[in-house]
Amino acid sequence: MAHDARKRTLSTRMSLLDVKTAPYLYIAPFFIVWAITGLFPLLYTAYISTRKWDLLQGDLGPAGLSNFTFVLAQPGFWQALRNTFSIFLLSSVPQIITALFLAAVLDANLRAKTFWRMGVLIPYVVAPVAVSLIFTEIFSDRSGMANALLANIGVSPIGWHADTLPSHLAIATMVNYRWTGYNTLILLAAMQSISTDVIEAAVVDGAVRLKTYWYVILPLLRPTVIFVIITSTIGGLQIFDEPRMFDLTTIGGSNGNFMTVTMYLYNTGWGPQLNMGRASAVAMLLLAVILLVALFNLILSSRISSVDNPSGRHGPGRKTGVR
Amino acid sequence: MRIPRWRVAIAPACALLLIATGCSSNSGSGDATTGGSVNLTVATFNEFGYTDDLFAQFTKTHPNVKITQKKVAQSADAKTNLFTKLAAGSGLSDIEAVDGDWLPQVKQSADKFVNLSSDTTKDRWPDWVVSQATTTSGELLGDATDIGPEATCYRKDLFEKAGLPTDRDGVAQLLSGDWDHYFDVGKQFVSKVPGVGWYDSAGAVFNARVQQLANPFSSTKPTETVIPLDQNTQIKDLYNSTLTASVDNKLSAGLGQWSGDWQKAFQNGAFATMQCPAWMQPIIKTNASGVTSWDIANVFPGGAGNWGGSYLTVPKQGKHTKEAQELAEWLTSPDVQVQIFLSAGNFPASKAGAADSKVLAATNEFFNNAPTGKIFSARAAAVTTQPFKGPNYFTINTVLGEAIGRVDVDKSANAADSWNKAVADAKAQVK
Repeated sequence: MAHDARKRTLSTRMSLLDVKTAPYLYIAPFFIVWAITGLFPLLYTAYISTRKWDLLQGDLGPAGLSNFTFVLAQPGFWQALRNTFSIFLLSSVPQIITALFLAAVLDANLRAKTFWRMGVLIPYVVAPVAVSLIFTEIFSDRSGMANALLANIGVSPIGWHADTLPSHLAIATMVNYRWTGYNTLILLAAMQSISTDVIEAAVVDGAVRLKTYWYVILPLLRPTVIFVIITSTIGGLQIFDEPRMFDLTTIGGSNGNFMTVTMYLYNTGWGPQLNMGRASAVAMLLLAVILLVALFNLILSSRISSVDNPSGRHGPGRKTGVR
Repeated sequence: MRIPRWRVAIAPACALLLIATGCSSNSGSGDATTGGSVNLTVATFNEFGYTDDLFAQFTKTHPNVKITQKKVAQSADAKTNLFTKLAAGSGLSDIEAVDGDWLPQVKQSADKFVNLSSDTTKDRWPDWVVSQATTTSGELLGDATDIGPEATCYRKDLFEKAGLPTDRDGVAQLLSGDWDHYFDVGKQFVSKVPGVGWYDSAGAVFNARVQQLANPFSSTKPTETVIPLDQNTQIKDLYNSTLTASVDNKLSAGLGQWSGDWQKAFQNGAFATMQCPAWMQPIIKTNASGVTSWDIANVFPGGAGNWGGSYLTVPKQGKHTKEAQELAEWLTSPDVQVQIFLSAGNFPASKAGAADSKVLAATNEFFNNAPTGKIFSARAAAVTTQPFKGPNYFTINTVLGEAIGRVDVDKSANAADSWNKAVADAKAQVK
């Protein structure tokens, strides 16, 4: 009998253990994989960035902060940072505006809805390298289609590879081509989760379509828009494939006019220098930049979520569930 | 029996843990499936002309060997792969093909490769080919596969327009001389046929001229002492004279080699001549398909030149380095090189291969049946030296290529400003 009681306490203890530990065990696989593929490389990169580290010869001794001071003193790094932000702004801003517009159109009562919705996603299926090859042809400086079309309306040929801003525009076009549809679908999903009551209420109040969109739908979409902005920020600041494929013989043009930070990193680590120490320093600096931008986004998003409170003129009650 | 609930809960979590942590080991080293068999992998890039039929000739006499080829599209990809896996200490193929351009960097890690010096391959290649792959302590790191002896390719129809001779021998005679002479004929040409370049790209001309110098960027050999670019008067003169001819005298069509514009220009007849290593033939044929007036002349400004060429190396991390060395020696033997020349066009690096009767008899239909075997054999025999390439050769050459491109292709800088930028770039990148 005593034996039985002990058994019972064991089973109680076990079920207590279950309640306490099982959740952690369930999430453990993710965090173990994350520690191996995310945290460890991050810390190891931080370590390498303080060493003289040749790709082939390995660790050649401590470097202190010299890798960082070297990289920060390179005009190439700052140029790459400028290019990255320029391409990022030229791609993300028009991309999100277009996506918002397209989502609104697709949200309307169209025939063959699925067809149109799949249609915007098709470019996303095309591999980035294939996109780059096609657009590189279109944006050839002398024999490209873009310049041929511009010539028809009397614009003199543009140096899509040779000049800074045009090359950024060309690369941003590739990014937009590929990602606009993807963002459209995310925004569309968010739009469809907005309750029709809210919109009907606005219509009853006498709001025209544009006003409904501007004052009702758009504010409710904000959390999703923030999500889209954050993901495209991270992607945009790490852009590599498109500019790399845009010119195969040089690293971002012979002036470095479309060399991005990741290309600068790649060229430092795997290019002629084979300098992993400096490449790791570039990686850490890029991490810092992304964190700063993410922090900025966080501040922005918390400000915007406070706008969601029904303080405005059109506060249409509480609508949660948009993420 | 009731299974306690916690066990139900923990079991799948543990399974996931196993998947997450336990999927290491025995993925790459799948060897010895059948008794005593040897699996060899050969990593190449672009087109080495290695086919299963060719490998079958080797496995016929070595029945225990199985050969797999791993091909990547570009030399740069092969380089990244080689260096990364060399650093990691595993994952390389038993034979790794290496481009002559980045061989100097590989030489810095000579201790990670098998010394391939052997009696079998003694005297197989010309000295300048062997010296590229030999370390300061005399180890041979790579068996040479092919070389890129340079001739001059030209367009007959454009020569005719300018009133220049159009037959191969006539053109060879016309162009024989130094680079200044080549530029002078070019000035004649562009005065008669305005709007068409004498050659495709200033970068290609500059590169060809650098290849003819013994010590372009280093004041010593076999160890490298880089001459700072701002003090390298020899290179500065070469840079200035090339750009004067190319841009001021309008001899260059201003095309960056390998760009989309360059590829399309073959169809538009945008330039009349180009520096032509043997491996350029299929590239011209592809880009200029349908154009019937391309031909090749047995001449090269400044005497002779070699552009490119590859080697087979055997990394020490492989499991069967002995068999791999045997295969590398067989793949670079004159007999096999001749077969590859006939099927893929890569010019044999070996002396006997270059002089083989089948090679000498080869013609190229696209270039109006030019006797390309004889021409490139003669061009190869004329090459006596190659520049000394230290670890920084590739870096400096790239920086200068970009400097030329800014002036010739992009037109975004003048020669002097672009030179100053190159000096600064080289300073930042040279180790």
